[in-house]
Amino acid sequence: MKIHIKNGRLVDPKNGIDAQQDVFIAAGKVVAVGAAPEGFHANRTIDAAGLVICPGLVDLSARLREPGYEYKATLESEMLAAVAGGVTSLVCPPDTDPPLDEPGLVEMLKYRAKSLNQARVYPLGALTQKLEGARLTEMAELHDAGCIGFSHADVPLSDTLVQMRAMQYAATFGFTVWLRPQDASLAKDGVAHDGEVASRLGLPSIPACAETIALSTILSLARETGARVHICRLSSREGVALIRAAKAEGLPVTCDIAVHHAHLSEMDIGFFDANCHLVPPLRSQRDRDALRAGLADGTVDAICSDHTPVDDDAKLLPFAEAEVGATGLELLLPLTLKWAQETGVSLSDAIAKITAAPARILALDNGHLAAGQHADLCIFDPEQYWKVEPASLKSQGRNTPFVGFELQGKVRYTLVDGQVVYEAH
Amino acid sequence: MQLPEIDALILEMARQIKPHLTAESALVGIHTGGAWVAEKLSELFDVPLPFGTLDISFYRDDFSRIGLHPQVKPSHIPFEVEDRHIILVDDVLNTGRTIRAAMNELFDYGRPASIRLAVLVDRGGRELPIEAQIVGAHLKLAAAQNIQLNRGESGRLSLSLHEKTA
Amino acid sequence: MHKNPQLNKHGELQHLLTIDGLPAATLRHILDTAESFLNIAEREVRKVPLLRGKAIFNLFFEPSTRTRTTFEIAAKKLSADVINLNIGTSSQSKGETLLDTVNNLSAMQADMFIVRHSESGAAHLIARHVEPHIHVVNAGDGRHAHPTQALLDMFTIRHYKQDLTRLRVAIVGDMLHSRVARSQIHALTTLGVPEVRMIGPKTLIPTCAERMGVQVYHDMEKGLKDVDVIIMLRLQNERMRGALLPSAQEYFKYYGLTAEKLALARPDAIVMHPGPMNRGVEIESSVADGVQSVILSQVTFGIAVRMAVMSILAGSEGGEQ
Repeated sequence: MKIHIKNGRLVDPKNGIDAQQDVFIAAGKVVAVGAAPEGFHANRTIDAAGLVICPGLVDLSARLREPGYEYKATLESEMLAAVAGGVTSLVCPPDTDPPLDEPGLVEMLKYRAKSLNQARVYPLGALTQKLEGARLTEMAELHDAGCIGFSHADVPLSDTLVQMRAMQYAATFGFTVWLRPQDASLAKDGVAHDGEVASRLGLPSIPACAETIALSTILSLARETGARVHICRLSSREGVALIRAAKAEGLPVTCDIAVHHAHLSEMDIGFFDANCHLVPPLRSQRDRDALRAGLADGTVDAICSDHTPVDDDAKLLPFAEAEVGATGLELLLPLTLKWAQETGVSLSDAIAKITAAPARILALDNGHLAAGQHADLCIFDPEQYWKVEPASLKSQGRNTPFVGFELQGKVRYTLVDGQVVYEAH
Repeated sequence: MQLPEIDALILEMARQIKPHLTAESALVGIHTGGAWVAEKLSELFDVPLPFGTLDISFYRDDFSRIGLHPQVKPSHIPFEVEDRHIILVDDVLNTGRTIRAAMNELFDYGRPASIRLAVLVDRGGRELPIEAQIVGAHLKLAAAQNIQLNRGESGRLSLSLHEKTA
Repeated sequence: MHKNPQLNKHGELQHLLTIDGLPAATLRHILDTAESFLNIAEREVRKVPLLRGKAIFNLFFEPSTRTRTTFEIAAKKLSADVINLNIGTSSQSKGETLLDTVNNLSAMQADMFIVRHSESGAAHLIARHVEPHIHVVNAGDGRHAHPTQALLDMFTIRHYKQDLTRLRVAIVGDMLHSRVARSQIHALTTLGVPEVRMIGPKTLIPTCAERMGVQVYHDMEKGLKDVDVIIMLRLQNERMRGALLPSAQEYFKYYGLTAEKLALARPDAIVMHPGPMNRGVEIESSVADGVQSVILSQVTFGIAVRMAVMSILAGSEGGEQ
């Protein structure tokens, strides 16, 4: 299959391209950008006039809900949601049921995902067995089975000694440890940011220092152990400042935020909107502004969807009892574009946050479109508005705080390995 | 249409009431126009009559259609209703529904010996079998017309006619 | 962006879920209407036929005999049919969700739900999902709101002090966990009380309390100086277990209302308490039973205020879904 994508605006941040250039694909790879290689005869030509061609999105956190939570979503539904959102590589956290703590589970997930021929799936292995925070997993075996790093997802890891040992052991093999900083005691029972809105609504709260205390611990342990650390889902202004200082000091640390946190604050909870029950909690507008500033100055490396499909029954409960999380795979691109537009960030810099930057964190050569690369790419209409409605989402989880919003930027084609795996009608 | 003078109507009502007065008589005005009229009436007798007011908002039959009246005032009956001869006073008698509600409310205060109905204006249009014994004036009005009692700043009462709004 | 879920498209009160966001005129309308219900107690027939034929369900997911009883009396005085359901944990433990329970009851021709639940936001959730003709009254949700309690407190204050726009009001105790205090603060500030003080130790004062329009005091003696109204809050025993307070004794010493501390307030100050009281923990018996205490009036006024709320809601047109 040879494909010629013509007349589109190619945005490839890693290779510094933002220009009208054609892309030529053959045998699953990009064979040329710009002029056609000699003797190239396309089987299919895609006219991308008015559209943007960019590397397929790399999402640092998307829960596929398998194994264990198939009633919330299935691999089939969520892999389709991924390509419908232009996502061609995704990282899935280990908080499945059972957790991804054995090579067999990881191999099964990789196999099931591969057989669907859609996005590439990179599982994170559990840092401790059953995510119980007590015994280490067989990280080297899990790595061989396909784990790209190790994480404790959102499960508290309150024993600092275990945390240090886990980081030391991971560092032995050069594995990256993915941690979401949150002090378990301070966050206990909390469901919203400790601020004006939680006070007004009488919701048990989580102070910002729950993040900074845990983050300080993680950074100290990173210095001590030499482990490479990726900080997941930063949420506070003080957290951004700590990362900024750690990077200045030269610590091998990277971090991401969930795309919701680039837009929303505690105010969006309104009258107990359970779709805004997220972890970490939506914090103040000041925190949100600091996250945006951190993205712009590079302190925050990447934006992820933190895709968490939840079934309706689990959301139709009083705020605190409602299950956490929001669907995000199909909103990652438009919400990233919205952030760029609102803050004056260039299209190329915005796309870097969801392609080249996350690929760099994963130490993968994905996320760009030089000749010879896997032809994973996304073609979207940057002008087209669409309304977020449950029926317009491919994901089985329809829970999002953005229901009813008109967002700009609609994926038209997604290609993985040179195959058109998604095409909008 | 020439509307009658209020003072003359009230004098006429007092004249009709007098023969029925006993030691057990009391005046009850229906909020708000009826209460104004009752107040004026009470000044016209040799012996002052006990005087109360009723707000029938909690007894209306159109609650489920139009809801609670936006300005409910407390009913105020400062005497025992039991065994009284009540003169129930309202400004305009039309369908009779207000009087039905007022009588129901009165009975929740006790069992009166009798109730006589005194109205300033009977404009016809009854929907219930209720008649006034004491009437200031009978007026023939079209169904689309509304007659209303107003009180000026000086306490002066006057009648006005309006076309009913849809 | 977030439309007020309590008002229908005509701006009428459709549900009573919280005081937060309600216009002062709506609060005054409820208080004025309650005045008319007050003297019904003195008549031979102590009820009115206003809600005849209406079915009011007391949905208590958290037990509270007192609150449930006052709503029941209020509903019966309006001639409504009252159905009491202490749902507790029974149906929930059978796997039925809150909304399942509510949908089942809606099918039983309900006109109004009085809801008490241990989770903040439960009444909002129910109001958002009931059929449009059903009205919801929040009788206390978690730490969030207890609007009828706050309204009866406002009625009490107005009864004794008439003009609310010249008052200093102090609320003393555990604001962090108190739905009553949250609703009182919104009601007081909405009705134009110029100075609302919150008195308690830092562990019991919510973050950003000042943003609700109150002044925070940690020293009770300073906080009570020259106030016109003192509202004492109930202290739950479990606060000692949660490391929020060392002991009831120390709490009483620093934050309990005694005759000496009461003397710091204005001489005509009134003392209020939403009940049930912990004598010797937050309030001394001689103060609770003293001449400045209006605690029993609060209970009496509570019936009239709840009658007013029910009749105003029952008379408002159904909202849109």
